[in-house]
Amino acid sequence: MTKAPPPPTLKSARTLTLTYEIPISKTNKFWEGLKENKIFTTRCKKCGELYFPPSSDCPSCLSAEMDWIEISGEAELETFTQIFVRPATFAKYEPYIVAIGRLKEGVRALAWLTGIKREDIQVGMKLKLVGKVGPEGTPTYEFVPL
Amino acid sequence: MRKVAVVGIGHSKFGRRTDVNVNELAFEAIKGALLDSGLTQKDIEFVSVGSYGMWYEEVLPAVTVAEYAKLYPAGLARCEAACATGSAAFRFAYVTVASGEADVAMAVGVEKMTEIDTSTAVEIIGRSGSYLWEFENFGLTFPGYYAMHATAHMNKFGTKEEHLAMVAVKNHKYGAMNPYAHFQREITLEEALKSFVVAWPLKLYDCCPLSDGAAAVILASKEKAKEITDTPVWILGMGLASDSAGLSKRSEYTGLRATVLAAEKAYKQAEVTPKDIDVAVVHDCFTIAEILAYEDLGFCKKGEGGKLIEEGQTYIGGKIPINVDGGLKAKGHPLGATGCSMVAEITRQLRGEAGKRQAPIKEGKGLAHNVGGTGHYCYITILGR
Repeated sequence: MTKAPPPPTLKSARTLTLTYEIPISKTNKFWEGLKENKIFTTRCKKCGELYFPPSSDCPSCLSAEMDWIEISGEAELETFTQIFVRPATFAKYEPYIVAIGRLKEGVRALAWLTGIKREDIQVGMKLKLVGKVGPEGTPTYEFVPL
Repeated sequence: MRKVAVVGIGHSKFGRRTDVNVNELAFEAIKGALLDSGLTQKDIEFVSVGSYGMWYEEVLPAVTVAEYAKLYPAGLARCEAACATGSAAFRFAYVTVASGEADVAMAVGVEKMTEIDTSTAVEIIGRSGSYLWEFENFGLTFPGYYAMHATAHMNKFGTKEEHLAMVAVKNHKYGAMNPYAHFQREITLEEALKSFVVAWPLKLYDCCPLSDGAAAVILASKEKAKEITDTPVWILGMGLASDSAGLSKRSEYTGLRATVLAAEKAYKQAEVTPKDIDVAVVHDCFTIAEILAYEDLGFCKKGEGGKLIEEGQTYIGGKIPINVDGGLKAKGHPLGATGCSMVAEITRQLRGEAGKRQAPIKEGKGLAHNVGGTGHYCYITILGR
């Protein structure tokens, strides 16, 4: 038995490429700090709420007066996964581990976890969030085992 | 708010539909709903179209679908709520009738996800959260979001990969009985457990497919509904809730708070409890999501979702039949269509028209649970005869 041929389609000749230029002027201290392996974030001057990732506004009390503070990066692992089926723009990477850690300061962060095999990861283990310049030349941050 | 009934449902075949474009696909469902209700386009005063878009060529699908189906010049809107987009369209149509602004309205959900390559589709869905903080540098995917919930649930409650696979086996069993389903074949537990890892601990058979499909629902006011049909299915309650865009801001990872909050509202409005529900469709975009839904909707205690599937309680004949249309897992999950497809399935069940996969209807009540994103949005609809 021969298989029916696939239905005909029109392959569009109009390919669209989108590259976003994302404004970061209000969180630039964070992105600059990463290059020196420092993790900065913001705390509301008025009500004291701590934000991570850094926020330039405090939606809790509507203040825009924020303090920049450096945090330790010490964290405890809450949950994780390893991504095997990767999005198009991450196809060049080996399967990567993404983790959520609760920082000592009380807020959480989500980032890659490197320097450990998946089999050796335990929920609850101690981690440290570190800043770095990523392989694509842009600032990024990741968890490493403490 | 006035009483509103579902008076017509339409459904396309879900799957890889390279034979039709988005307008033709939507029309399969629209035509079905018109024929089911006996109405014509001129009876429809308002149309909401749910579509996520980007994976097919049309940028304004509401306009092109409405033109193709000759639904204009009715009031028209396009809705978005990630994977609950179809429910957002349903909600808009429901509120338009309930408010008295229209007597008859239609919600159409449509998605065409297979016109682009798979890794770009994975990219588009992966970007659907907090893009700057969770995708730009970390490439988190949708299976990845739910995999982190699976890791947390397994770690806290001892849920096993076998429990996840059992959900896939059940949903494929019912998918095999649903002529509209993307996958119409049964699978074994071994097959599911042996499939390749997508985002650890989730494997291929823990994930719903990328599907094309459409579903449509026609809603009418109480007076109109009685003129149109002898089998109206009433909307008894709807509950909506949301949660943070970024996963790092969630209160916990062993459940979806948006589901818990939306369920509270829906049960209260409908004046029912989980025990009164005869049949439910829940958002099983991943097998772990169905287990979370069992618990968050109150069909079992927190942490006992794995046990509920292990005991077979969510099969027909069990305590609460769930996803007996195949669920997103086997029926397919064309994002914009899913919410309308869920309402169509519960309507079919309550009318007693589900054939081989008919659940016993005692209380005359069913529930549709549609999650957008990873609990970013939640829409719960309780329907009754």
